[in-house]
Amino acid sequence: MSVEAREARQPWILLAPALSAVTLLLFVPLVFIVVYSFWLRSATGADLPGFHLDNWREALTDRFYRDILISTLRIAAITTLVCALMGYPAAYFIARSRGNKMILLLLLMLPFWISYIIRTMSWINILGVSGALNTLLLGIGVISEPLNMLYNEATVILGLVHFLLPFMVLNVFVSLDGIDTNLEDAANSLGATRWQAFLQVTLPLSLPGLAAGGLLCFVLGAGTYITPLVLGGPRDAMFANLVFEAIITQLNWPLGSALSLMLLVVLGVLVMIYNRYLGMAQLMKGLG
Amino acid sequence: MRWGWQAIRLWTVLVYGFMFLPVAVVVLLSFNASQFGAFPMTGFSLRWFVELAQNDAIMRAFRTSIVLGLLTAAISTTLGVLASLALVRYRVPGANAISTLLIAPILVPEVVLAVALLLFLNFLGLHKSFALLLFGHVIFTLPFVILVVQARLIAIRRDVEEAAMSLGASPVQAFFQITLPLMLPAVLAGALFAFTISFDDITGTLFWKPGGVETVPTQIFAMLRNSISPEINALGTVMIVMTVGLPLLGAAIARHLARKSGT
Repeated sequence: MSVEAREARQPWILLAPALSAVTLLLFVPLVFIVVYSFWLRSATGADLPGFHLDNWREALTDRFYRDILISTLRIAAITTLVCALMGYPAAYFIARSRGNKMILLLLLMLPFWISYIIRTMSWINILGVSGALNTLLLGIGVISEPLNMLYNEATVILGLVHFLLPFMVLNVFVSLDGIDTNLEDAANSLGATRWQAFLQVTLPLSLPGLAAGGLLCFVLGAGTYITPLVLGGPRDAMFANLVFEAIITQLNWPLGSALSLMLLVVLGVLVMIYNRYLGMAQLMKGLG
Repeated sequence: MRWGWQAIRLWTVLVYGFMFLPVAVVVLLSFNASQFGAFPMTGFSLRWFVELAQNDAIMRAFRTSIVLGLLTAAISTTLGVLASLALVRYRVPGANAISTLLIAPILVPEVVLAVALLLFLNFLGLHKSFALLLFGHVIFTLPFVILVVQARLIAIRRDVEEAAMSLGASPVQAFFQITLPLMLPAVLAGALFAFTISFDDITGTLFWKPGGVETVPTQIFAMLRNSISPEINALGTVMIVMTVGLPLLGAAIARHLARKSGT
């Protein structure tokens, strides 16, 4: 074999283990659940292979599933909006501050290392009947009975915002940090007020970061089932909770396959629209 | 405009407070002497940590999580480093498409990945087990390892290797004596990342774990079903120390290594 041929083969040998892992543990299983979603659940023993539309009919026409899908998308949208409103000014501050930038960034990365389940359950300590807020309000005499603040849709959104905010701040920061501050100064010297310069120069240039952060918040938020289980009430189930119920509790794997694929398609369409207009590169910048 | 800047500064302080206050409360309450996992603070005590250490279920969960995390890190880092080397060091046709394929596990919602893997491997005869858990953790930590390692590999200049070879080193010698030591911080960072993600995971783990096996996060989740106990706060504190302390330690080691190798 020639040297060139060996050179050309080497990267594929290096790539082979990772590529086979992704193929066997992700792509083939995804194709498999497409097939599985057409099988029938049998009351006894193994599910029946075949081509039945029953699961899809149930998943697509049952009002119950549609309502939860819509409320899941609503919760994810509100979460994303709140993350943007809270995160943008903070990212702007970090990007434009002098001196303590590194410490602020390090602090921002810290939540990524703190367990998701701990961060989620920490709100029970704050908002619970004997939590910090009730103790404080009782102590200063504003209320005489502890308030029930937990286990509703608002606390689910609160938990999601707390979980996802760092993704937003980081992505907006990355794009703000890449903007030449001379541009704003130039706008100022041409007669724009600081506010005008921000609105017409900086904000448009930072939109890719905002979009990348928004996509991450939305997709990760819409795919969660732990937060509603920990911070939500019985009626605050999100779509991923339905998947979990079908697979783990009811052991209805064909229906569970159909429901997971629905979630994948809805969120996949969003990712594809994003990719079409902005490309994946911006997203990788924020992750890497 | 100074006024505007001050407003942004205040907002940022509030945002940081929002992110860290609840976690600080967990740590604070874990030292509370009171019977209940709640306010008021009645005194400083380590009793909840002592009870943690004596709780068999929790210690088992810790062992499971640590073994799982270490195996995940070992496998995922090996696969990830090899793939990153190929992508950074060679001109591979379709490199962009391959990158996207390798990143795919984080583009698919974790719930969907969890269902697909569970059902497929079950079909092949591999039921819920530690092995399934390990496969699952490897596949969704792999993209993070590749992103981290690739980013750092790009920074290592190839000339150093070529210089070694021009001075008579064989390609294998050059790799083990030059490239690998230079790569070590990147490899460690990847492994650490994989370990922490595996150690923290609950979304996929709840689908894959066999009955009776708990990792630390699923153990916490199961305990939350009853009520919030001071033990959960103590367990939370231990997890925070582990998952925040380890990367900081790792960063310190990486810096030390980097200084030693003189780059």
